[in-house]
Amino acid sequence: MQLSGNTIQPETFPASLMDLRRGDAAILDRIDLPGDDARRLMEMGFLPGTRVTAGRSAPGGDPQVFQVDGSEVALRRETARRLKVRLEKKKTPRA
Amino acid sequence: MSECSDCHACGGTTVVEFPRSATAPKAVALIGPPNSGKTTLFNRLTGLRQKVANFPGVTVEQHTGMAELPDGRLLRIIDLPGVYSLSPRSEDEQIARDVLTGQRADTPKPEAILLVLDSTNLGRHLMLAAPILALGVPTLIVLNMADDLRNRGGRIDMPALSRELGAPVALINARQGEGIEQVTDFLAGVMPKPAPKELPILQDVPKCRAWAGRVSGQAAYRPPIAPKWTRRLDAVFLHPVLGPLVFLCVVVAVFQTIFSIADPSKDAVDWLIRISGKWVASVLPAGLWKSLLVDGVWKGVGSVIVFLPQVLLLFLFIGILEDSGYLARAALIADRTMAKVGLQGKSFIPLLSAYACAVPAIMSTRTIENKRDRFATILIAPFMTCSARLPVYSLIIAAFIPDRHIVGRLLSQRTAAMLGLYILGFLAAVVTARVLKSSILKSGRSPFLLEMPSYRWPTWQSIGLRLFDRSKVFLRRAGTVILLVTVLLWITMNIPYAHGKPPVLENSLAGTIGRTIEPAIKPLGFNWKVGIGLLTAVAARETIIATLGTIYGMDPKTQEDGLQKAIHDDLTPGGAFALLVFFAFAMQCISTIAVVRRETGGWKWPAAQFGYMSALAYAGAFLAAHVIR
Repeated sequence: MQLSGNTIQPETFPASLMDLRRGDAAILDRIDLPGDDARRLMEMGFLPGTRVTAGRSAPGGDPQVFQVDGSEVALRRETARRLKVRLEKKKTPRA
Repeated sequence: MSECSDCHACGGTTVVEFPRSATAPKAVALIGPPNSGKTTLFNRLTGLRQKVANFPGVTVEQHTGMAELPDGRLLRIIDLPGVYSLSPRSEDEQIARDVLTGQRADTPKPEAILLVLDSTNLGRHLMLAAPILALGVPTLIVLNMADDLRNRGGRIDMPALSRELGAPVALINARQGEGIEQVTDFLAGVMPKPAPKELPILQDVPKCRAWAGRVSGQAAYRPPIAPKWTRRLDAVFLHPVLGPLVFLCVVVAVFQTIFSIADPSKDAVDWLIRISGKWVASVLPAGLWKSLLVDGVWKGVGSVIVFLPQVLLLFLFIGILEDSGYLARAALIADRTMAKVGLQGKSFIPLLSAYACAVPAIMSTRTIENKRDRFATILIAPFMTCSARLPVYSLIIAAFIPDRHIVGRLLSQRTAAMLGLYILGFLAAVVTARVLKSSILKSGRSPFLLEMPSYRWPTWQSIGLRLFDRSKVFLRRAGTVILLVTVLLWITMNIPYAHGKPPVLENSLAGTIGRTIEPAIKPLGFNWKVGIGLLTAVAARETIIATLGTIYGMDPKTQEDGLQKAIHDDLTPGGAFALLVFFAFAMQCISTIAVVRRETGGWKWPAAQFGYMSALAYAGAFLAAHVIR
């Protein structure tokens, strides 16, 4: 397989919330879930463009708590997997 | 335990008319997202009992209460379920929306709305303001938890917020009652009304959030720093090793305390009932009335009332766990286990409250959006060991199991036996769920979303109101259903009454009925007296104690014995074990059957459930009776 040189994200960077370790933060990119489920997640704060930080979890790592928009919400791995993230820009252009 | 007489959904709400006035609204709706402290404000305004919990979605029922305004007028307050939005996807949201828009026949359209939001999480909570303000009903936006906001370095410009929203606002602390006069002023029609503003497109969540962000930005909102104590406590409660350990310790401690603390208080109540019974016996002339009052009512109803302290203690613990916010963590820890039987974390909430009582538990399944998950939860909830089983278990365990300690002073044999029965019920629920979810109620999974509220000290007001409510329900039941059954039993025990004397117990009507059904229950190790107890227990589980209390109280041979001793002498150990197993599985509760019928919309499910649970109880008891001899 040939890798193109101009990938948008660094290959090492996780692709979904599931890949975040405790303390990691990322920007939510999109929600790969049916409309109603996505809407409910958005109402709980999971809006694309929002910063999400991984928190503690139940024993075994599932479900995991995420800090998002001022609250803490627990998600199962199967759901966290559908929430795609992108790397947080270190230097934001806006103030 | 029955809550049927309390809930407003059973027979429709009675609409009470209040003096109308030009300025004061007649009915006011309270609405807000889960964990906004909406119910605390409701308690504060009405002083009426209402369940408060730090748990998403516990307020499923619509509760109403009366608030008194400063000028003495009364106002009807409707407490709506906690919702994140008004888009009608769950039943909660549907009900909230219907009430607010006046589409429910049983509830008058509210003339004003109190929207309660958590001031420490305003950005997100303000999203709900958009659809509420769009209804065009006079609305006060109440920012709750002012103390948290202040103490954690948050800030907000209230006049600016009011201007931006085009609605009156109030910053309060419902737990301490701070700022509550702003709410009553609004209700009395004193508060000025600012000019309305333009609202965002309601269907679009990102736009709503952006609007909420802009509004709070204009109001110079500075969110408070993260709650330090919640983080610290979670480091323990959600620790990979310590967390489950704490969970186990909490469960064991609750049961051990119920046994060790409840016993002296139980003895005290028992002593009171016996003393008062003797007094009644001494003042009444000998005869039928004396027999009915002393042997029937006092011994029967009294033997159930003895368990009030124990039941209250259980509710005290559940209340503290709920209100403190720990229960959400327990649900998180338990979710994996729930997933294994095909259920979801949200089922855990009703199942946990089913340990207190299946009736409110079944009502609270309305928060589960997936219908099949909801039905499965309803069908297994009565297996959870409810507080009505507690008296039965306590009595039989105390009669048959010696009070010896297994692990130092931490765990006694009796506590272990009790825990075993709780586990037995839980296992029955789990296996049933597994079967249902892999067959007739199979469904795709909906995402599990559980908000973790910040830890809070439970307030005495909230816990006190809850215990008061529970005592009322318990005593009302003892005074109605159980009293009625006891009196009927006493009558059947005195028929045929001949030559001024009651018949020998075996030959009375009750005895005849008992001996008729005896062949059916003999394989379980029960005699006809227990059989009568089982028949009356169909009304409510704890009735069996009243029944046995009356039967042994009427029988000259056992009249002088305590109930515990009489049972010990009358049952074999195998029969006692079988009786415990029978009660663990059987669906002996009219209130539960009624609520299942209502929630599933027909007799099909409750009938199947009753049949299944009875069959399981019979088979289980049969096995139990043959394991021990």
